[in-house]
Amino acid sequence: MTATDHCLFLSVPCQPSWFWITPYYAVMLLAINMALARLVYITERQTKVKLSGAMAPKCKTGCGKNAILKRPKTGDALCRECFFWAFETEVHNTVTAARLFRRGQYVAVAASGGKDSTVLAHVMKELNQRYDYGLRLVLLSIDEGITGYRDDSLETVKRNRDQYGIPLTVLSYEDLYGWTMDDIVKQVGLRNNCTFCGVFRRQALDRGAAQLGVDQIVTGHNADDIAETVVMNVLRGDIARLQRCTAISTGTEGSIPRSKPFKYTYEKEIVMYAYFKKLDYFSTECIYSPNAYRGYARAYLKDLEAIRATSIIDIIHSGESLAVRDAARLPTQGTCSRCQYISSQPVCKACVLLQGLNQGRPRLGIGKSSKVQERARETEGESDDRSEVDSATVTVGAG
Amino acid sequence: MQLTVEFSGGAELLFGNVKQHRVTLPDRGDGDSVWTMEGLLPWLRDNLLKERPELFMQGDTVRPGILVLVNDADWELLGQLSYKLQPDDTVVFISTLHGG
Repeated sequence: MTATDHCLFLSVPCQPSWFWITPYYAVMLLAINMALARLVYITERQTKVKLSGAMAPKCKTGCGKNAILKRPKTGDALCRECFFWAFETEVHNTVTAARLFRRGQYVAVAASGGKDSTVLAHVMKELNQRYDYGLRLVLLSIDEGITGYRDDSLETVKRNRDQYGIPLTVLSYEDLYGWTMDDIVKQVGLRNNCTFCGVFRRQALDRGAAQLGVDQIVTGHNADDIAETVVMNVLRGDIARLQRCTAISTGTEGSIPRSKPFKYTYEKEIVMYAYFKKLDYFSTECIYSPNAYRGYARAYLKDLEAIRATSIIDIIHSGESLAVRDAARLPTQGTCSRCQYISSQPVCKACVLLQGLNQGRPRLGIGKSSKVQERARETEGESDDRSEVDSATVTVGAG
Repeated sequence: MQLTVEFSGGAELLFGNVKQHRVTLPDRGDGDSVWTMEGLLPWLRDNLLKERPELFMQGDTVRPGILVLVNDADWELLGQLSYKLQPDDTVVFISTLHGG
């Protein structure tokens, strides 16, 4: 209760009748009201200060329990149970408002063992039961072949499989493409390898989903991720992606739709949820990530969040409201001439990257699309010689 | 004053890969001898941190992206840097700066 919530009963003193029609009465009432309110506020604050060593404010809902966190989205102080309820209910509302699922759908949860996908698996299972979505769930994991990172996090996914009782399928880059990320980094260097990983993983998830025959994929992308993507696309002038990246559900004909139930969920809340629910997740940064461009957008966003916590949701809102001018040129979507995967270019990015790796030209797929396509066409016929590239010839940090 | 300090979410890597630490803060010696979070952070950086201080602190406070809990409560509810530490408090630092 704040000072302003106090209402004060004043016994009405006897006054001559003219008193009631003067402003003096109102002023007096107001003055007494304010003085009393201030007195109560001061004593309340003093009590709080005395106990402040171990005292947190009470939960905003009025349930009486001590609050355990301050929600960045709303600034509300919530206790454990109310926080769990708010977190889960908001995801449920996101799901129903966007009509993400239909009864009987077979849904793959993209799981990496990290905080977002672990909490996603937990919450999906929980909500599926609680609100009877009628979904059949499966965990889908991709092994990029990053030693000391992915092999550890896959152990976590296996634990999740056992803890949540959801079956698990793992696909590896090795099997799909013949290259592990460790091999790729040896060829490409540390600067552009994230391009390979992202492109390959997207395709790998689609292929895994197709193999399993699922109707939909859900990923753990959270509000912070989406806001970062908006900022990144603005910084890079990537209009096509800017237009698509805030959609909660993506996927055109021919590819399996994927959705982001955590689109409006703050990363901080996901971590707090996992902490208080004691959920088991793997938490090391990919060893190659320090050089990723996204890191800059992330640092910027974190600084913004510290100043004004609602920036994250506001950036997403801005991204959702953006519309591209008619005059702006956007690539049209077709299919890859080699693998028939969805592509806005004649040859899809994955095929170009793979061609580059196999021909010992790791930089083939890096750079402007038009030049990439030209190079890919010119070198198409050359032998697919997977000879080891001398480490001395790897270009690191260039371009 | 004795405290328990825990690190998780990857933050433990900066502190010798040890998740739980029992620390004893020296008496400050000045008249109003009180440890606040504002004092604790540089002390941790100078005495417990093994590498890369810029990944733990930024300016006077923790790097944005590191969550701080005291006795299982968000430090934002307790006044953040101005919170006065009590004996046997448990302070937890959780890093969120990694993939999900």
